[in-house]
Amino acid sequence: MEEAIKIIVETQAGERVELEAPTDMGLSVMEVMKANELEVPAICGGMAICATCHVEVLESGDLPEMNDDEAYMLETLPHATGSSRLSCQLRVTPELDGLVVRLMPEA
Amino acid sequence: MLTTDICIVGAGPVGLFAVFEAGLLKMRCHVIDALPTVGGQLAEIYPKKPIYDIPGFPEVLAGDLVKNLEKQIEPFHPTFTLGERVEHLHKQDDGSFIVETSEGTKVACKVVVIAGGLGSFEPRKPAIEQLEDFEGKGVAYMVKDPEKFRSKRVVLAGGGDSALDWTIFLSGVAEELTLVHRGTTFRGVPESAEKVVSMAEEGHIKLLLKSNVTEVHGNGKLNAVTVLIDNETEHTIEADYFIPLFGLVPKLGPIENWGLELDKGAIKVDTFDYSTNIEGVYAIGDINTYPGKLKLILCGFHEAALMAQSAYNIINPGKKYVLKYTTVNGIQEL
Ligand SMILES: Cc1cc2nc3c(=O)[nH]c(=O)nc-3n(C[C@H](O)[C@H](O)[C@H](O)COP(=O)(O)OP(=O)(O)OC[C@H]3O[C@@H](n4cnc5c(N)ncnc54)[C@H](O)[C@@H]3O)c2cc1C
Ligand code: FES
Repeated sequence: MEEAIKIIVETQAGERVELEAPTDMGLSVMEVMKANELEVPAICGGMAICATCHVEVLESGDLPEMNDDEAYMLETLPHATGSSRLSCQLRVTPELDGLVVRLMPEA
Repeated sequence: MLTTDICIVGAGPVGLFAVFEAGLLKMRCHVIDALPTVGGQLAEIYPKKPIYDIPGFPEVLAGDLVKNLEKQIEPFHPTFTLGERVEHLHKQDDGSFIVETSEGTKVACKVVVIAGGLGSFEPRKPAIEQLEDFEGKGVAYMVKDPEKFRSKRVVLAGGGDSALDWTIFLSGVAEELTLVHRGTTFRGVPESAEKVVSMAEEGHIKLLLKSNVTEVHGNGKLNAVTVLIDNETEHTIEADYFIPLFGLVPKLGPIENWGLELDKGAIKVDTFDYSTNIEGVYAIGDINTYPGKLKLILCGFHEAALMAQSAYNIINPGKKYVLKYTTVNGIQEL
């Protein structure tokens, strides 16, 4: 996989897992995490309506702007921080190389 | 105690359709759901989204599918207990069951059908220390009886539809009402958001934006909350009630402790009839697992039909059921 980037995910247990994510398949960070069997419920399947794919971005370059759905949802979430994102709304692009996110509890 | 043939845990689309399949075979059903309304994920998560893969409906809104299912089962007069979570499953010596809810409601039945989907929807709780100590003592996550809040000081938190709707509703009931919202915009219907903002401008309610409730105080009963405004100013509000409304997340919950064989949070079933390892207990819809399982409404409907054939044998021992199409006799009311 030439066109792949690295994404590091910190699980709720505090363990860091390094994932390889292809940039040419239109995947979201949520989908990459699920494909690697990380525990992300993502029950709405990426529609920005369940927030069960909530992550906190710990390190990144420039991130894409949030769409309204994502922004509204994060405004409502009790555990959200200034660097929270919905991983289902983050598309895997070369700019995301080296992204470090932490899985957030959602209950 | 309520007595019925089949007790269905979960009023999602699959639980509702199970009433229909059971009704065709003249079995009566009682349905229990933790939510105050029927419809499961369709009503709770995506009522306004269209669904495209229900046979015979090129497109149907999730909310409308639920309404149609309710209409379809009317002739069988199912009974419901809503707003109560099923906690216990007691097997009796004669092989029948008593199902018991969080509020102590008991249902005696011969067959239990678990159509619990992703689990029961539980309120998403903010991370506030000691919050749980005040549950039922001033902290509530749902407004069940608005009269409870009459002439009280109420603090609501959240920025979605239910936070907006209850702010509008309770403003006419509570003595003092404050809405605390961590953002600056609202996720709910624009008209409700506008109404809340104008009520705040006119001084009927207090609206704190860019704010979070960070502490709860009281002695055995809630009497105040601390709000952090704009991440810097702390502000204490006297309050009899604090109601965080941050939506719901599904949790498998008590079903986990019933002695059922589980695999990654789902109930293992035999695809012959969707029975579980406990005789007389079936699991259908999103809550079950078997090789090739697909979490689709359609698949849950199919499972309900096969479950009903098998349950018939438990409820009518010795009688043989002969499959008749509904087009032969129509729907016979129970
Ligand atoms: C955003 C989204 C879009 C979807 N789109 C489609 C689609 O287009 N087509 C499709 O086929 N499927 C779709 N699905 C999947 C579909 O919603 C599920 O397959 C379906 O809801 C499963 O129905 P169910 O009745 O098994 O469970 P649910 O709908 O989850 O209902 C289960 C009910 O059981 C209750 N419950 C659980 N445990 C207890 C307990 N202990 N006590 C009391 N009550 C309890 C819950 O409160 C809940 O109401 C979608 C799902 C989502 C989230
Ligand atoms: S998967 Fe539901 S919001 Fe991301």
